[in-house]
Amino acid sequence: MDSLAQKKAAIQPYLRHQPGTQPSSLYEPYRATVLRSPRKPLVYLPHTLSEVTGPVFGWEGIAQNDNDLTRQHGGEPLGERIIVTGRVLESNGRPVPNTLIEIWQANSAGRYTHIKDQHPAPLDPNFSGTGRTLTDEHGAYRFVTIKPGPYPWLNHHNAWRPAHIHFSVFGRAFISRLITQMYFPGDPLFAFDPIFQSVPDEKARQRMISSFDLETTQPQWATGYRFDIVLRGPEATPCKT
Amino acid sequence: MDHVPTPSQTVGPFFHFSLTTAEHCIGCIAGPLVPGERVWLQCRVLDGENVPVPDAMIEIWQADAEGRYYSEADSENAVDPAWRGFGRMATGEDGICKFETIKPGRVPWPGSGLQSPHLKVAIFARGMLKQLFTRIYFANDPANQEDPVLQRVPQERRETLMAHMDAERPGHWRFDVHLQGELETVFFDV
Ligand SMILES: [Fe+3]
Repeated sequence: MDSLAQKKAAIQPYLRHQPGTQPSSLYEPYRATVLRSPRKPLVYLPHTLSEVTGPVFGWEGIAQNDNDLTRQHGGEPLGERIIVTGRVLESNGRPVPNTLIEIWQANSAGRYTHIKDQHPAPLDPNFSGTGRTLTDEHGAYRFVTIKPGPYPWLNHHNAWRPAHIHFSVFGRAFISRLITQMYFPGDPLFAFDPIFQSVPDEKARQRMISSFDLETTQPQWATGYRFDIVLRGPEATPCKT
Repeated sequence: MDHVPTPSQTVGPFFHFSLTTAEHCIGCIAGPLVPGERVWLQCRVLDGENVPVPDAMIEIWQADAEGRYYSEADSENAVDPAWRGFGRMATGEDGICKFETIKPGRVPWPGSGLQSPHLKVAIFARGMLKQLFTRIYFANDPANQEDPVLQRVPQERRETLMAHMDAERPGHWRFDVHLQGELETVFFDV
């Protein structure tokens, strides 16, 4: 049997999430979940090729400044210049090379360029707030951007989102696909944000918070934040303790 | 570090200018040169009050007409500019998005046997803290009778996984996703 046939015959199941480490579809304090969450039980599916395969990227164009959101226009955007870097790993520790990461965010005033954003804060003609890159052979990525501002929303009275950058990551399998948000350390809005609080497990919540990193920080230029992303991967063989 | 997966968070209402711009949405999963039975698929997303969801994103992953996925686990030709098998579109105000593709072939079931032709679907939206996974099958395909996944779904709910062809327009299929309610679509715990 050739190696491909072997791979197809023996599908390594992917890790299933431990309770509390992911949000539930329904989290009432985040009001929009009430009508957009299923109420019937999900049907358990063993993993087949349909689940453990996923799209491959790399041959289509990533433009030169797609990973530097401060150089996509004629001038420099206003705000605090930051470097955001980290690695994409599978739950078994294996790095994920050549995977597509897409990010989008508000500008330093807390305003998105999105047509439906009504927050009365200024747009910045030099900032679109969207970027993309592929991880390198070690699973590492790097963006240069502006620290986004917090912004209000209508979920409840005086609701504000903590500053965040939206991340979309593919990984190797359709079921490893992750869309999440990266937060900044010490944000006073965490305690009041139902989206952040929707993750029950305290330690799991902390994994969405980037860490300030002096090594990434560049003198006279930009502060640095590290944000590692872990995707579901094939189940590791359990090791004895 | 430990290796517990990073938690999911909602895609929110403002993803369009990044994920589904004209350049980065993929409505055409398979162009006219890709061999297979042509499928024009219209998907609609509805909430628990049957109101169309105007800010959802649907992603589709599928095999080619031979039942092969272009992925390192299933193909030596994983990188092929002409065929990837992946699509993604944002819904419009009417909760609808459209794809052009081909009907996939049958994909092996682990061990032995074959699955019936199906598309893998992930749905993202504001108000959804994580994506929901479902599958689209093609109504009246005889292989549905022996599909091992459909057999795991309670008989009375299997219909929610069926796309239906428009009798007047051959090749045009419709699929409704009901996020909640009496007609709630079957979502899978994968
Ligand atoms: Fe946001």
